[in-house]
Amino acid sequence: MNAISAEGLVKTFGTGDKAVKAVGGVDLTVPEGTVVGLLGPNGAGKTTAVRMLTTLLQPDAGRALVAGHDVVREPQAVRSLIGLSGQYAAVDETLTGRENLWLFGRLYQLSSKQAKKRADELLEQFSLADAGDRTLKTYSGGMRRRLDLASSLIVHPEILFLDEPTTGLDPASRLDLWDVIRERVAEGATILLTTQYLEEADALADNIVVIDHGQVIAEGTADQLKAQIGGERIEVVVHDSEHADSAEQILNLSSGGQCDRDTHTRKLTVPTHTGSKGLIQVIRDLDEAGVTIDDIALRRPTLDDVFVKLTGRHAESETEAADTAAGRAAS
Amino acid sequence: MNSIQRTATPPNRVGLSQAVGDAMTIAWRNIRGGWRVPDNQIYMFIQPIMFVLLFAYVFGGAIPIPGMEDDPTAYKRYLMAGIFAQTMAFAVAPASVGLADDMQKGLIDRFRSLPMARSGVIAGRVIADLANQVIVLAIMIVCGLLVGWEIENGVLGFFGAVGLLLLFAFAMLWVGAFIGLSVGNPQVAASAGLIWLFPVVFLSNAFIPTPTLPGWLQPIAEWNPVSAFVAATRELFGNPSMFAADTFASNHPVLLSLIWVVVIVGIFAPLAVRKYKAAATK
Ligand SMILES: Nc1ncnc2c1ncn2[C@@H]1O[C@H](COP(=O)(O)OP(=O)(O)OP(=O)(O)O)[C@@H](O)[C@H]1O
Ligand SMILES: [Mg+2]
Repeated sequence: MNAISAEGLVKTFGTGDKAVKAVGGVDLTVPEGTVVGLLGPNGAGKTTAVRMLTTLLQPDAGRALVAGHDVVREPQAVRSLIGLSGQYAAVDETLTGRENLWLFGRLYQLSSKQAKKRADELLEQFSLADAGDRTLKTYSGGMRRRLDLASSLIVHPEILFLDEPTTGLDPASRLDLWDVIRERVAEGATILLTTQYLEEADALADNIVVIDHGQVIAEGTADQLKAQIGGERIEVVVHDSEHADSAEQILNLSSGGQCDRDTHTRKLTVPTHTGSKGLIQVIRDLDEAGVTIDDIALRRPTLDDVFVKLTGRHAESETEAADTAAGRAAS
Repeated sequence: MNSIQRTATPPNRVGLSQAVGDAMTIAWRNIRGGWRVPDNQIYMFIQPIMFVLLFAYVFGGAIPIPGMEDDPTAYKRYLMAGIFAQTMAFAVAPASVGLADDMQKGLIDRFRSLPMARSGVIAGRVIADLANQVIVLAIMIVCGLLVGWEIENGVLGFFGAVGLLLLFAFAMLWVGAFIGLSVGNPQVAASAGLIWLFPVVFLSNAFIPTPTLPGWLQPIAEWNPVSAFVAATRELFGNPSMFAADTFASNHPVLLSLIWVVVIVGIFAPLAVRKYKAAATK
């Protein structure tokens, strides 16, 4: 069964000239117990989609079921089954970490005692036990983010929505959070996760949905997406640019294809179908021809390559992307 | 580990007892957190004392009360109800700033994603700010008594007046809630909450006897809702009160105030709840 299923979701902000179609007909399904990564450049509509699925925004069109409940007609039922951690940490600065968790626990309708117990457990789990009795004014950005995530896990929700959960976390905290997410999945939770970090989607998501300009532009497992843009390739960095010509000849010969050459970085790239065998052959040939190399590797496409290919942009090129998105939708 | 997990199909409606519980939880949070904010401490403890002293001593002798020109205590006895009412009206500010702040910080979004009553956040705000207004009013009453104001109508009248002032604050808190949720930015809310209130309060009988106003202003001032609350408070405290014209407003200030409470809450509570439902961060 699908924990989350959406059909033709549409949301437009503003009217007339200033209208921005943030989400323009998105279909999305997340089978129970799986993790789906929602990927897309800034302004793609990820947050807007999440807000509709979590009952915060009314879709202009389309339909979405979360845990079998319609987000528009049965919002209260949906809310009691989900956990949401929004893109920006939403916690009360004037309360302590413990008080925040207690507050949200109470609003999830736990008893005061249950809420207290959960607060203690979560502070421990998110390495905030020492800071638990300080007001959030004294927390760093990453600590707030962790508290925000802890708040979304109070009732062990079966369905979790995490909007860029690891943005602003240090590498150790990020890995910790990955573990928390995996733990929740092992317990049977379903997770919809948006992220700017492709390796995060690669590491956590069973399925990836790439959206841009409010449209789904690709969908599949990380491997399927990578396969879409081609297979393995051999990359060689020659030590001396004088050797680039002979290296190119050898590479073309071995792959029977066309070599890509970047004069500036002295890097040659060629697609290959023969895997490590081909690599060994190339190394032998280069050695025989007396070409000195700095680096040689067999590379598989990364999700980054997929992202650039699909959207024409790097995941991290921030404002620029958002600006074009807004501009294009407006024009 | 999963002891807290929900299994039964959750209800789509929220019952009354849950609504009350959620409101109290939010009220707890507002009071608990609010007291840690220096701005609120100034608002609650310094501002009321300052107002009483300023008006009693600076304007004290300058404004004569018609018919009581020879009585040096007349203006203080006349004035204090006006300051009380003004301060109750200013409850608009903490409510609008508080909710706008919650909205800007994304907390409203989080609350809206929780299985809590839709009314909880606003009701919790109103309850917390009303509790704060009780303290503010108590401080002002003590200060007033210290500078020479008098309760001239016995215990029953006193509690009637206090109750009416708090009802006024209650009504204005809903106005504040609506403003705060409409603007969604605490800085804007701070001025949007109060800017219109100054002319409304000053164009009333709060600080000046309306018979001393120019003739064309008199009916405006006397029918001003603020004047109803001030006149009713004066009547219940037994303080001097006067009107230029003989109207329903001058004859039934207490009844008129109660009507205003119903009207203001009846308009602004649904508007505020509607804003809350549609609220979106940024
Ligand atoms: N409340 C709003 N009012 C007007 N426009 C909005 C609103 N929310 C989002 N938008 C617009 O909708 C588009 C999609 O925004 P959204 O926040 O969903 O993008 P996103 O994919 O989450 O981006 P990011 O990676 O930057 O978080 C953007 O062009 C944005 O400007
Ligand atoms: Mg976003």
